[in-house]
Amino acid sequence: MILRADGLRKLYGEFCALDGVSLTVDQGEFVSIIGPNGAGKSTLINILTGMTPPSSGSVRFKDREVAGIGSVRLARLGMARSFQLVQIFPDLTVLETLQAAVVSRLGRGTRLFTSLARDREVQAGALEVAELFGLAERRHVPARQLPQGDKKLLDVASAFALRPEIILLDEPTSGVSTADKTAIMETLVAASRRIGLRAIIQVEHDMDIVFAYSDRIIALHQGKVLADAAPAAILSNQRVIDTVIGRRAATG
Amino acid sequence: MKRGLGLAAATAAMAVAPLVGGTYHVLLMLPFMAYAVVLLGLNLLFGYTGLVSFGHALFVGIGAYTGAFITSRTTIRSLEVILLSAAVLGALVAAPVAALCVRYVKIYFGMLTLAFGMVFYTFVLKFYRLTGGDEGTPFLRPSLLGHAFDAMPKIDYLTGPYYYYSMAVLGLATLVMWRIVCSPFGLCLKTIRDNPAKAETLGIGVTRYRFLAFVISAVYAAVGGALLGPPTGNVDPTLAYWTHSGSLVFMTLLGGFASFFGPVVGAFVFIYLQNWVMSVVPYWRLVFGAILALIVIIAPEGLAGLVTRRRPAPAERA
Repeated sequence: MILRADGLRKLYGEFCALDGVSLTVDQGEFVSIIGPNGAGKSTLINILTGMTPPSSGSVRFKDREVAGIGSVRLARLGMARSFQLVQIFPDLTVLETLQAAVVSRLGRGTRLFTSLARDREVQAGALEVAELFGLAERRHVPARQLPQGDKKLLDVASAFALRPEIILLDEPTSGVSTADKTAIMETLVAASRRIGLRAIIQVEHDMDIVFAYSDRIIALHQGKVLADAAPAAILSNQRVIDTVIGRRAATG
Repeated sequence: MKRGLGLAAATAAMAVAPLVGGTYHVLLMLPFMAYAVVLLGLNLLFGYTGLVSFGHALFVGIGAYTGAFITSRTTIRSLEVILLSAAVLGALVAAPVAALCVRYVKIYFGMLTLAFGMVFYTFVLKFYRLTGGDEGTPFLRPSLLGHAFDAMPKIDYLTGPYYYYSMAVLGLATLVMWRIVCSPFGLCLKTIRDNPAKAETLGIGVTRYRFLAFVISAVYAAVGGALLGPPTGNVDPTLAYWTHSGSLVFMTLLGGFASFFGPVVGAFVFIYLQNWVMSVVPYWRLVFGAILALIVIIAPEGLAGLVTRRRPAPAERA
């Protein structure tokens, strides 16, 4: 087991966003978290990635308690994430963005007088990820000038450039065209195999994507786990179909 | 390539200026070079890290007063010792100030730096016995590389050895800063400027990097401040006043904070423009206020931005 959460609870004043959520993620798994708006998916991801501390409960990553330790320390431990709303460095080029992740991974960020351009390991590492994600041709383009689909790819690619053991993707295909969605997922899965990623957790609304790629699906509803099962079992769970997936999607 | 040629031409022009230029204009180059050092540091914080300090006159003051104290209260005259002491003292004072300020961003960061600047200003103004109050403290002529130049007339000293010494310090400061901004550290600063939340998810500790950038910028400000002292021969509290901090930000905006050499250009234009406007009208701040408004509206990327705007980026040219 690589990640384990027990009894996660998150209160925002009187509102309970998460209410006793527990989950485990094993090595080699692709886990999708689904649920209607307000189910607590993003809160869960934010807690798992250390950005938000839970009100109670624990998160253990590689047998270490990591709840609320912050995304910087978690990234160094081997957990990366991407965001629902695309997060880029607008004035940095594609290559610079990936170089920043590689520099961070190699722990070279405080080197003040070494030349970045002459650091072959950083250059090669960044270029490798750019090629992996099909961004090599646009490596000198500032991130703000990229089309939306490429911005999303760059956001995910920069997380992959950390060579994490586990990656949490908050709606990796949101805001991109239907045609681009499958391409992004195929790129993502191929890249994860290439870098030897141990597990992927994604939050996703698109059920075609969820059922096509997941080993296991966790359905959330009103801050609680409604179901945690393989895709086939989820499709036969009437409560999940009624509250999360919808009848048409389940039969389509 | 073009930048390299421009830099070589500017260096050559600066090198021959004392030989062919009028004394008055050569003397104006001295504060320019001192401010250029200050602004190279300030822009590491402003242009590269995204933090606007309204209190960097504090560190300029520390550098200048360090030199004044050393030359007027001890027998030491070595400018190398003065610059080194200014750098160390600047870093020592900057460390606690930075530790507090970099936890805040935007206007809160600016106001905190302003507050610390005002505290220092009040200190040098009120502790008369120590600082000379509003009269200031003399900055005696420093020796350069072991040479006292005592017999040399002051103007000859300033337009000769001191000019080239300042030029060498500026050259060294530029080289070091260029290495910093082209280093992995420089790249991490740019990620923080663009998107601190994203930078953190990549494992880049935002507070730590901001702290380091602040301390480095303070060291540059202190070294530049120490260079400001010898031409006037006296250091007074106006160096640490908040309007001086404002002038530093103005120079950076004027030249362009998005460009490495922008602030240096800003320092040059500011010094000569101020001198010219002051000779024409007594209300130079009125004119400069109007110029600042025009820059923000018409050329937010400053004078350097006007040049680079016409030139397409490498990716666009490809």
